[in-house]
Amino acid sequence: MELDLASEIRRRTEELIYQRDAVVMGQCLSAVGWVGGTVPELPNHPNIIELSMADVAGGGFAVGAALDDERPVVYIVRYQGFLWYNAISIVNYAAKSFELFGVPCPLLIRAIAMEGSIGPVAGNYHLSLLLRMPGVNVFAPMTKNEWNFALDFHFNDYKRPTVIGEHRLAFPLKEELVNYHGKKSRITILAVGSARLSASKAFQMFQKEGVKVDLFHLFKLQPLIWPDGLVESIAVTGKCLIVDSDYANWGPSENLGFKLSKVLKCRIQVLGLPRRSAGFSTITDNLSPSPQQIVEAARELLT
Amino acid sequence: MNEFQKLEIFRKSHFIRNFELGIASLHSAGKINVPIYLGIGQESIAATLSVFFGERSIPIFAQHRAHSYFIAFGGDSLDLKNQIISNPETWNLGSGGSASISDKSIRMFGHSGLMGDQVPIAVGYAMRKGERVLSVVGDASVEEDYVLASLAFAGSNSIPLLLICEDNDLSILTPKKVRRTWRVENVARAFDCQAADITDNPEEIWSRLIDWNQSSCLVLNIRTTRHLWHAGSGRDSENPADTLSEFRDSLLSVGLENQVLDIEQKNNKVIEALWN
Repeated sequence: MELDLASEIRRRTEELIYQRDAVVMGQCLSAVGWVGGTVPELPNHPNIIELSMADVAGGGFAVGAALDDERPVVYIVRYQGFLWYNAISIVNYAAKSFELFGVPCPLLIRAIAMEGSIGPVAGNYHLSLLLRMPGVNVFAPMTKNEWNFALDFHFNDYKRPTVIGEHRLAFPLKEELVNYHGKKSRITILAVGSARLSASKAFQMFQKEGVKVDLFHLFKLQPLIWPDGLVESIAVTGKCLIVDSDYANWGPSENLGFKLSKVLKCRIQVLGLPRRSAGFSTITDNLSPSPQQIVEAARELLT
Repeated sequence: MNEFQKLEIFRKSHFIRNFELGIASLHSAGKINVPIYLGIGQESIAATLSVFFGERSIPIFAQHRAHSYFIAFGGDSLDLKNQIISNPETWNLGSGGSASISDKSIRMFGHSGLMGDQVPIAVGYAMRKGERVLSVVGDASVEEDYVLASLAFAGSNSIPLLLICEDNDLSILTPKKVRRTWRVENVARAFDCQAADITDNPEEIWSRLIDWNQSSCLVLNIRTTRHLWHAGSGRDSENPADTLSEFRDSLLSVGLENQVLDIEQKNNKVIEALWN
């Protein structure tokens, strides 16, 4: 039976534990659901380390565990917004250790996002707080192949910390999210994070309408590796809509737009989270751009 | 503590003192362009720990004001000088400065600049490697919330952490009594760590180390006096206590004058060569 993303993460983690003596560290790992089914159910196993609820110190413990050690350390930050606490030692020590002191600190961090009536910390992506810092690799995979790419990249580097920004909406996914690069398309959509799911639906809406649109998925954020064909697509369409699940203002989408504008003469529009805090109810929520919002933004760019 | 160990502590303390005075002189002469963090007056702590454990025998997680640990635990003083003067020909291209010195060969790890973050990192290192570690803080950084959370974790999980709090009663110039009412040794005990509040007399430090089982957390709050502040700009008091001088007197009083003078002569030669 084909595995979903959560099962694949669990499988790879188990492989790391038994083949490379990896440890998995975090809070409430063995609680109900074993982190959405992504952690192998190994009660009392010495390589599954339940930490205290001290988020700042916990990040430091994980950094210390990974310091100058060949054996992998997987650190799970159960809500991506908890990176505000947990990232302190990751970006200020692990990310700098090899550059400043010549000592590798290859910590693998899984920071899990979600969204929907869950407030400003647990909701949405918070990867932008890491992206400006040197020495840390950042990926935002939504599929199995992408997650495995991030993991393999980490082990090929194995000097610096790697943050895998996951999203719970992606855990049940079995299929890959594929790019679409057609001929004579009128606009290019570049999608990041969980907004990629909305972007895929928006793409289908355009297809039904007969509007030709190119769609590209970006998950390799730092180092930034553009999807194949993106530049060629924008060169033809001259218009690019960037959609993201992080704040747009001063966030990744605006930065991506600036980077693209340096190499291409094109019109760029970004669509991310509006600049307000997510509440804890449906009426006060601050969600990733919806398919309809993406379609409307694309239409505006087309006019 | 036997005679040889006492003389070793004196040798290291005396060398550290003179190394630090050399750094202060260079700084005063405008030949060092980075902030310097001197440990003059506090040498006996690192010296005693290094003689007790042996050089290169325990991973060290300190922060700024750690020249004494670098030297005491066997680091190359020329390399340290080069790191402090930011010599671009050093292994780290002069990126160390005084605040974040490190040396893989003596297992001394660098510091990020965030006060106290070396403690949770030391705890994680000890947990993963399964070995005892030494971490050093001041009486200010021990107040960091993540340091206290680290002690709680170390106590609960029997992490073999030796946490040394060098307590000169001041954060910059703000005394402890203005900042807090609690004492770190009491907090540590509440977290199931061993703990004591002692002076920086080598004999006293030594006796506490002997009592440590080395398989759980020990916190030593060591009261000490800093003679020169960050850039050699001032001192804790007009007539600060001088543990090095007192320790020297104690050695002389038991008939070790010749050995003391011999140590001083040899150290002075090395120091002179280092600065010239």
